[in-house]
Amino acid sequence: MTSSVTEVLDDKKVERALMRIAHEIIERNAGADDLVIIGIRTRGDHLADRIAEKISEVEGTEVDVGYMDITFYRDDVHSRLEQPEIHQTEILFPIDDKIVVLVDDVLFTGRTIRAALDQITDFGRPRAIQLAVLVDRGHRELPIKADYVGKNIPTSPDDEVVVTLKETDEHDSVKLHQVMRKSTAKSSKSKPSKKRK
Amino acid sequence: MAFGLKHLLGLEGVDREDIEEILNAADSFREVLDRPIKKVPTLRGVTVVNLFYEPSTRTRLSFELAEKRLSADLLNFSTSGSSVSKGETFKDTVRNIEAMKVDMIVMRHNCSGAPKFLTEFSSSQVINAGDGSHEHPTQALLDMMSIRQKYGKLDGLRVVIVGDVLHSRVARSNIWGLKTMGASVAVCGPTTLLPVEIEKMGVDVYYDINKALDGADVVNVLRLQLERQQAGLLPSLREYTNLFGITSARLRLLNKNHTILHPGPMNRGVEISSEVADADDSVILTQVTNGVAVRMAVLYLIKGGGAKEDE
Repeated sequence: MTSSVTEVLDDKKVERALMRIAHEIIERNAGADDLVIIGIRTRGDHLADRIAEKISEVEGTEVDVGYMDITFYRDDVHSRLEQPEIHQTEILFPIDDKIVVLVDDVLFTGRTIRAALDQITDFGRPRAIQLAVLVDRGHRELPIKADYVGKNIPTSPDDEVVVTLKETDEHDSVKLHQVMRKSTAKSSKSKPSKKRK
Repeated sequence: MAFGLKHLLGLEGVDREDIEEILNAADSFREVLDRPIKKVPTLRGVTVVNLFYEPSTRTRLSFELAEKRLSADLLNFSTSGSSVSKGETFKDTVRNIEAMKVDMIVMRHNCSGAPKFLTEFSSSQVINAGDGSHEHPTQALLDMMSIRQKYGKLDGLRVVIVGDVLHSRVARSNIWGLKTMGASVAVCGPTTLLPVEIEKMGVDVYYDINKALDGADVVNVLRLQLERQQAGLLPSLREYTNLFGITSARLRLLNKNHTILHPGPMNRGVEISSEVADADDSVILTQVTNGVAVRMAVLYLIKGGGAKEDE
């Protein structure tokens, strides 16, 4: 079994995708009133900061940004192989009657978003919750769909999508690590990796 | 990353990474306590028994609240009014409770080593909530969390533990934990209340409070266990207060940016003056809040922990 790596988005393309998402958010909500952005750690937090900054530039109003860690709401506490590191949740403003835009880097099974939705419910009752992701790679296991997508990438379930951002990894990029299986081995499904994203 | 411990019996021998992971997780759980809905579904479906063979208010309420905040199911057991008073053995009591299918046991016992004994025949994961004069790991963890909140680190701090070290499980857990985390630890108290060979734990020993406090960052004031003072270990409480009581006059010996801890319940005017206990910068009540967060972290990490042992 071998694998190949393709860069799907580079610095510029990530920047353009975020700019487009920011504009779409403003357009769909007719401005930035009552808008709050919440990024899912890790990586969604930095994307949330950048999207909020772009919205502020365009609209001239400050947008509240929060961050959440969804570890406490995961559905695999009893079966997980490795424990994820827990990060802080910081939502320091009321979200009642606000339009919450959730931001994450990669949308895959949808389980992270399910956990995030449950957590938001415990913080208040927003008027609406919308979802923005940098990459949608398909293979949903729950009825969840993104409202704003930077890039749709067709993948097979065993592939890995690796996002790096300049805040933590020096530069922005989205890379697809594809698993190339020999045609004879096609029928025997390989084990899904432990850390699927 | 895999958390290494299947049980939390004490801090002796627990490595730095595991302590750090507990403290980091506790910082995250601390935030849950400020939410409008102070509850997360993390341990849904997990059953915890609080097995208390010794009276306790704070620790028990704290564990109970931590379990509820994590959505675990809990059972409370205390010896008064139970079949223990009918003569049932410890082993039989635990086996019967376990037969009702529980996952974790939080235990306090007046005998040192009781939680360890429990792990030898029980299939549950065990958290020590204080055993005899051995260890009280969650108390030491919440003390360390409170210190770390103030200084951002534990490395290089000078911590003095004052009082009845002989009977104190809090002192022992603190010494193990703080040493592992790189703090320097001193103990101070009357000779009758300091165990023989305590210096072998790697602590400095002082019999003069003024020398002990000189230049220290943190003072952990132990409760004088009045119920244990019948044996003639102290000439009088007044003498103890004069020689070892923490008063605002003595605080001047400490570093300017100092912290006073007390595990509670306090004997005001004995080991600590009210002025010190109620000072604006007192963290004694912060310790109590942190206690819930630390216990949430321990319950969560222990539940998923022990992977290294199972492999």
